[in-house]
Amino acid sequence: MSIEIKNLSKKFNETYAVKNINLTIGTNKTIGLLGPNGCGKTTSIGMMLGLIKPTTGDIIIQNKNINTFERNKLLSIMNFASPYVELPKKLSVKQNLQIYGRLYGVKDLSLRIDELAEDLNLKDFINKKTGELSSGQKNRVSLAKSLINKPEILLLDEPTASLDPDIGDYVRSYVQSYKSKNKVTILLASHNMAEVERLCDSVIMMKKGKIIDQGTSKEIINRHGRTNLEETFLKIVRSKDEMA
Amino acid sequence: MRWHKIYALCLRHIYLISNSLPRIIDLIYWPTVQIFLWGFISKFFTLNSEYYSNTVGIILTAAILYDFLFRVSISYNIMFLEEIWSRNFTNLFIAPIKLSEMIASLTITAVFRSLIGLIPAALLAIPLFGVSVFKIGLPLLALLFSLYIFGVTLGLLVTAGLLRFGPSFENIAWASLFFLAPLGCIYYPVEILPLSLQIIAKGLPLVHVFEEMRNILINGTVNYFEIFISILISIAYFIFGVIIFYMAYFGARVRGTLINMGE
Repeated sequence: MSIEIKNLSKKFNETYAVKNINLTIGTNKTIGLLGPNGCGKTTSIGMMLGLIKPTTGDIIIQNKNINTFERNKLLSIMNFASPYVELPKKLSVKQNLQIYGRLYGVKDLSLRIDELAEDLNLKDFINKKTGELSSGQKNRVSLAKSLINKPEILLLDEPTASLDPDIGDYVRSYVQSYKSKNKVTILLASHNMAEVERLCDSVIMMKKGKIIDQGTSKEIINRHGRTNLEETFLKIVRSKDEMA
Repeated sequence: MRWHKIYALCLRHIYLISNSLPRIIDLIYWPTVQIFLWGFISKFFTLNSEYYSNTVGIILTAAILYDFLFRVSISYNIMFLEEIWSRNFTNLFIAPIKLSEMIASLTITAVFRSLIGLIPAALLAIPLFGVSVFKIGLPLLALLFSLYIFGVTLGLLVTAGLLRFGPSFENIAWASLFFLAPLGCIYYPVEILPLSLQIIAKGLPLVHVFEEMRNILINGTVNYFEIFISILISIAYFIFGVIIFYMAYFGARVRGTLINMGE
């Protein structure tokens, strides 16, 4: 599944949260979306999910415009996970997965839940209430929910934020191994530069609602004369009006 | 509309209720308290008021019907608020479900949630106060249907407000029914209101429902036209509520409030 974004802008009152961005994400690629807080990453993801109506521009997923094509058909092949979005706390992990499995029309749902429970080590707490889990466990459950429908497009917003290094590494390894076994296009918004370097085929740098650079991690690092992505990020963020 | 998706959305609330004994108790507790309160008031009036002397339990019956309306509306609001409180809002709105399926699931679940509380309370009123709401007979179903549709409509309008103004609109959710209660003529005939307010009140289905309830219990006759009018008005408000809900949803997409709505 490919994603094509053309001249996309979003204006809230008189301020542009996203201004005239253009990008193409090829099938089965993992793209990192980097930028400081408030640079328009979440707004861009919101528009891709159809949660936010763009002021101008188009989002085309597999040749279908999400704002004109039947949105639900596209949403059934997409999914999203973020530590800032939770599942009902009073429901058990299994109940939550059952509900979302049904909403996404997953066939052989019990089998799919068992599969995810095995892959993401949920078995020990599958019948526990989601609100009683640790951050790391919740994170894995959220990831399981985002994979319940075997999405062809997966949007991840800071998937390892607030996780300890061990669990963070576990999640990154899982995403890597999942991608190697399944055909999935991933958009990963993150503040973790090592994570982006490890997982992403290419990177998009955003600042003040605009794309200011894009390419592979190496290309971007070289272009800015730095030794790693973190230094490059800091240089770009701290520069006054750097443009690609 | 796809029923399996509506069922999945209903299931979320069924799980929520069945997982928690305090929630079940809460659903039964308030209607029961209402029955006790209005039961004693009703008993006092029947003993001391000429108007009510021939018909035991008019007030209590009115209280039960009003409580049903209240429970339907509040259930609708609470179920929507649960999604905001649990920060599940975004997950729900990115799932491949239609707004109509969401409305249908809330509408269906609201009636079950309300009946969990109402049925025990209505049954309790029979031995405790000798008052049975079932004395109304078959027209009771039509009156409840009218109240149900109107309760859902109020729920829709409040949830539209939540979409438009965010969780801060929550307080309005609790106040919405109390605002309409004086015009609903639940416990008194419409003639009590000043003429100008009578005209406004007759534009609400509540007046027609409660006037007809009193007519059935006092005169023993059924005015089907009055019941039909109450249902018709309820349906008109329901259509209005659905339109407002859709407008609020599309407005929320423009303002970008769907992605970060939470506590």
